Amino acid sequence: MNALPPAVEMRGIVKRFPGVVANDHVDLTVQAGQIHALLGENGAGKSTLMNVLAGLYRPDAGEIRIHGQPVEIRSPRDATRLGIGMVHQHFMLVQPQTVAENIILGLSRPRFRLDMRTIEAQIRELSARYGLEVDPTAYIWQLSVGEQQRVEILKMLYRGADILILDEPTAVLTPQESEELGRTLRHMVQEGRTIIFITHKLDEVMAFSDRVTVLRRGQKVADLVTAETSKRELARQMVGREVVFYIDRSEYPVQDEVKAKARPLLVVENLSALSDKGLPALRGISFEVYPYEILGIAGVAGNGQRELAEVITGLRPATGGRILLCERDATNKPPRHAIDLGLSHIPEDRMHTGLIASMTVCDNLILKEYRRPLLSRLGFLVQRAIALFSDRLIREFEIATPSRDTQLKSLSGGNLQRALLAREIASGGNLMVAVHPTRGLDIGATEWVQRKLLEQRQKGAAILLISEDLDELLAVSDRIAVMYEGKIMGIVPAQEAHVEEIGLMMAGVIPERRGV
Amino acid sequence: MEIVFERRLEPSRLIAVLVPIISVVLALVVGGILLLAAGADPIQTYRAMFDGAFGTPYARSETMVKAIPLMLASLAVSIAFRMRFWNIGAEGQLVMGAIATAWVPLFLLHDRGIPAHTLLLLMGLAAFVAGALWGLIPASLKAFLRVNEIITTLMLNYVAILLLDYLYTGPWKDKEGYGFPGTASFKELAALPRLPEWLNAGRVHMGLIIALVAALLIWLLLLRTKWGYEIRVTGENPEAARYAGINLARNFLLVMVVSGGLAGLAGYGQVAGIAFRLQKGIAVGDGFTAIIIAWLAKLHPLGVLLVAILMAGLSTGGDQITITMGLPAAMARVVQGAILFFVLGGDIFVRYRLRVIRTTGKT
Repeated sequence: MNALPPAVEMRGIVKRFPGVVANDHVDLTVQAGQIHALLGENGAGKSTLMNVLAGLYRPDAGEIRIHGQPVEIRSPRDATRLGIGMVHQHFMLVQPQTVAENIILGLSRPRFRLDMRTIEAQIRELSARYGLEVDPTAYIWQLSVGEQQRVEILKMLYRGADILILDEPTAVLTPQESEELGRTLRHMVQEGRTIIFITHKLDEVMAFSDRVTVLRRGQKVADLVTAETSKRELARQMVGREVVFYIDRSEYPVQDEVKAKARPLLVVENLSALSDKGLPALRGISFEVYPYEILGIAGVAGNGQRELAEVITGLRPATGGRILLCERDATNKPPRHAIDLGLSHIPEDRMHTGLIASMTVCDNLILKEYRRPLLSRLGFLVQRAIALFSDRLIREFEIATPSRDTQLKSLSGGNLQRALLAREIASGGNLMVAVHPTRGLDIGATEWVQRKLLEQRQKGAAILLISEDLDELLAVSDRIAVMYEGKIMGIVPAQEAHVEEIGLMMAGVIPERRGV
Repeated sequence: MEIVFERRLEPSRLIAVLVPIISVVLALVVGGILLLAAGADPIQTYRAMFDGAFGTPYARSETMVKAIPLMLASLAVSIAFRMRFWNIGAEGQLVMGAIATAWVPLFLLHDRGIPAHTLLLLMGLAAFVAGALWGLIPASLKAFLRVNEIITTLMLNYVAILLLDYLYTGPWKDKEGYGFPGTASFKELAALPRLPEWLNAGRVHMGLIIALVAALLIWLLLLRTKWGYEIRVTGENPEAARYAGINLARNFLLVMVVSGGLAGLAGYGQVAGIAFRLQKGIAVGDGFTAIIIAWLAKLHPLGVLLVAILMAGLSTGGDQITITMGLPAAMARVVQGAILFFVLGGDIFVRYRLRVIRTTGKT
């Protein structure tokens, strides 16, 4: 009777985009002081619904109540005034400015004199209170992704948001950082704030949330109390069918005799390189990757994985050591050299590096192929061949796009990765460097990507797979190398690997030898 | 109450068409108020301006003459901009092209009895090469030493302009020119032919054909060639270009050969088609106006042609009102400025909308 009204009540929200109904009469009720998970596959309408709440989209129908009051949210400013703050999946930070400058950006106060000292002190106090450690005077470009996310959250807290929306907050975090975030969220809820987080990861729903709403294809399919449900139940609701959690590697068998005779396609010897900040990022790394093999690289983000991939692909100079691709020296050669040797590369940041958002699907699919004969002749692009090539990839890799001339940025996350993988597999040879290939993807798309990697392996490819998802590495790799502070702590066969052993190595401890 | 700009989520086509029209109307209204303040009849002035730009065959021909260097220089700028090479140096490249154009008949091949058309061809070639070489300086500095091209291209303008001034007032000055600054005329040796008589196009010379062909070629280059694809990729996402193994350094050099060369051809048109000598009035800022044109045309090579004609009309029409209306030259500039200000400024309304927020009492 005297219970508080729900923090957020959305009723019958409808949002149409050309050709799709992103939200089809969706209801969502979020109790104050709770962590509420919004679960669904990519394209289920989660982000759209939250963008409506954050004032970025205007719904075509439906009503919203905040703390029991009917409201109309017409802009992000309205949302801010109502105490709603959203942390987007892609951060909205100004790279060359400091943390404090970013946090006060867009605020109408202070009007004239900028007293950065006081503001910095306020930020420090906020970060201490919620365990969101970050230096207010640091520049954004100096921060890791996890730290940047903390800045985004601090930004919302500084603005006095008491309803926080987080869009896929853990997509960019390490397991440890995710756990830390979970604790921070708990803390904020205890102080009476309300949190809605968008996710497609079942573990997180189970670990963090009090309640969960499941969306599927724009509709609400379930509204559950987390404690009364299970991962399997949620997965079934989300996908609409029973799902396999980890794919079975034995579906893609490789004959040991074939494998035994092969020579390594990728050899890295005593490799070293610097980070963007000019500090040693790789300190003498050595390993080989053989055909018919996936070598997984495990490690907490920022231990040199990104630099390793960049040095191998020619995007970053090596300061020492040697790289052999297909038994040919490829140390400090331009990126073109590795591409011509057949190295394909799934980069860490697909939108920023691997794809060109503002160009068409077709233009993106030919990025590694356009200079080869067939697609171009005498310097001219052969339009017919290009159309056939891109249509073939769209068909073979089941990229959901209205046409090859559609702008790439209108594709969903899973389809972007399909397009990228399609191109790299079609244009590459037998050697692949894949960096976080399933990060941010939903269950269906993740499974698809993993299956493609295993297919390539079965065909004889040598794949270097860098991932932060230990379960993924254990499921698809043949061997796992663990990186810590630019060094390889050890390489273990995936089948014999113990999670604890790998975990220790990720933390920089070399475990006692168990016989061998 | 607050007034804020909000990003439009889905820019509408209607707005995209309406905004430029409304912008021009507003510009005319504001310009009109200023004209009234200056004691002139706005309607009459605008009519005079329009007639001065497009109203008579003579006006049309003068506008086209003015548009030719703008087209070429703007094509030059826009292809470099397409690759995110910020070439602010079209003016200097144009001037170097002009110098080379005059150098060939006056000094290099003087008195060799070479037929006019061959000479013209060589002059054009020299102009292209001179502009390209001038463009290659900042391109090499950027490609190999990562020097910011905005600074270098801008500064090289002044070097080129001063060199031009030095040449026609100093060593290249016509000794039979009664002391006027300027080189001798080569009109008798080689003059760029005008458009055929039946077109009634006045002073409009073959430079127009060069500009039209150049625009078409660039359009084809961007859409249909391997190299054009690389330029587009680099412009849209330089990171992805590097990742795809595109040689950025080489492409910077190449794009500046084309860009500088086209600007050089703009200088060629001015000297071989209009002035027939080096003198004051070769460097009148066309290379800078070209930047505005390139952006207004959204870097589209065919759009550049159209916008260049409109800009030229603004200029000739503006000149006209100083004559027919007896207005000070500054007044014409004010009207031109108002139109540009509103058209360029209006663009924000295509991407954003204005919203009034009523803040209700205290919260």
